Amino acid sequence: MHPAARETLWAALDDGWADPTRLHSESRRARRLLDQAREILAVAVGVAPADLSFLPGGTSALLSALDALGHARRRHGRSLVASAVEASAVLTWGQHAAGGEADLAAAGIVPVDDVGRVDAEAFATAMGRPGVAVAALQHANPEVGTVQPVDDCVRAARESGVPLLVDATASLGRLPTPRDTDVIVGDATSFAGPTGVGLLGVRPGTRYLPPGPTSLLERGRATETPWVPQVLAAAEAWRQVNHTRAADAAAARDLIARIRATAAAIPDVDVAGPDPTLGDDASLPHVLTFSVLYVDGERLVNAFDRHGFAVSSGSACTASVLEPSHVLAAMGRLTQGNVRITLPVAATAPDLSADVARFCAVLPEVVAQCRAELGVTDL
Amino acid sequence: MPGRVGRDGSVSTRIVDSRGTRCPMPIIDLARAAATAPGGTVMELWATDPAADADVRAWCRMRGHTFLAAEQLDPQARRYTLRLNATVG
Repeated sequence: MHPAARETLWAALDDGWADPTRLHSESRRARRLLDQAREILAVAVGVAPADLSFLPGGTSALLSALDALGHARRRHGRSLVASAVEASAVLTWGQHAAGGEADLAAAGIVPVDDVGRVDAEAFATAMGRPGVAVAALQHANPEVGTVQPVDDCVRAARESGVPLLVDATASLGRLPTPRDTDVIVGDATSFAGPTGVGLLGVRPGTRYLPPGPTSLLERGRATETPWVPQVLAAAEAWRQVNHTRAADAAAARDLIARIRATAAAIPDVDVAGPDPTLGDDASLPHVLTFSVLYVDGERLVNAFDRHGFAVSSGSACTASVLEPSHVLAAMGRLTQGNVRITLPVAATAPDLSADVARFCAVLPEVVAQCRAELGVTDL
Repeated sequence: MPGRVGRDGSVSTRIVDSRGTRCPMPIIDLARAAATAPGGTVMELWATDPAADADVRAWCRMRGHTFLAAEQLDPQARRYTLRLNATVG
C-alpha cells in the first residue's frame, strides 16, 4: 500500500469509523468523508460521482455487474461474449450463464493473437450474434500486460445494443483510464490502495438490474456498506499515484524493457506479451511474463525467493494449481517455467531501479542452475 | 522406445509415453526422444498433464517442428502428434 494511504487509513480509524448510513453526528461526518472519497475515485474510473458504487473488491464488482447486466437482458439471451484472456471469474460466469452448454459458452469466447490482443471486428461480430446477454473486455491483462481495443469495442457494443463491461482492475493508476465506457470496474489494489475496495461505474441509461431483492446500498448495486477508512485510503492512494502516473509509467517501461531483454537473451526463454516500449496503447507499463523451457515454475519461484525476489507463476507445476494459465495457453505461449513480474508503484519501492538491476544480474544464473538441477542442459 | 510398424516394415512413428508425469516432464521426455530421432520422424506424446496441450504446441513453434494433432487417447490421457523438422539434431 502507498505510504500516504497507510497514514490516511490510520487517521480515518479515528475520524471515519462510523456507519455512513446512520443519522448521528459521527455518521454524518463519515458520510461527508465518504462523499469526498467518492468524488476522487469517480475520476479514477471516469464516471460522475453519483454513478460510482463501492463493492467489496474488483472480482466481486465484476460478478455483480455481469449478474445485473445479464439479468436486465435475460429476454435477449443468456450468453457472454468475452476475450479468451479475461479473468477466470468472468469466463466461469459465462460457463455458468450458458447453463453448462459447453458449445454455447465457447461460442462467445473471442480468440486473441500471439500477444494476447483481440481483434475488435471479431469482438463486434461475436456481440452481433443472437442470444448474447452481455460482453466483457479487459482494459489490460494483469498477467501479460496486453491492452485491448476498448474504444472500438465500446462503439461496437453500442451499435449492437449489448452492454459491455470494461474490466480495468489491472490498469487504473497505471494507464490513462478509458473514457466513455458504459460499465467499468476497477480495484484499488492496482493503484496501491488497500485490498477490499472494488469500484463499479455505471453510466446513466445503462440497463442494470440486479437479480434478487432490491438493495438500498450504493445505488442499489451493493449488499454491504463500504468501510469508510478503507475507501478514504483508496482515494488517497489514487490521488498520489495518479499525480505521478506518467513519469512512473515511463520509468517502469524502461525497467521492464531491461528485464525483457535479459530474459530474451537466455536460450529457450519464451517472452510473452507486447513490447513494453510500444506505449500505453499496447501494454501495461509494469508487467512482464516469460517462460523457461524444460523447467517447472515452482522451482523458479523458489529460486528467486531465495534471492529475495517475490515473483508469480502461471505454470501448472506450482503446488496450488493443476491447470496452466489460460491466458498463456490462449496466446499459444509456453506455460511451463513461467515467471510473472509485477513492478510495485514507485512510492512503495524506493530502490526499484537497483532491485531490477540485481534481478537482471541473477536471472541468467538462476535459469542455468534450475536447468542443471533438472539435468536438461543438453536439450 | 516403442514405435508403430508401417506396412513396409519401417518404424514410422515414435511414441513417448509420459502419462502420469507433470510439467515440465512430458516436454523433457519428448525432447530427449527427439534428440535421437532423424528429421521428418513423426512422434506421438502421450500425456495426462493438462499443461502438455499448450506446451507441445509452444515447443514445436520454438523448435521449428510441425504440430499435427491432439486427440483423446483414453479418458485420462491425450495423444499429441508432431513431425520433427528436417534439421533436428
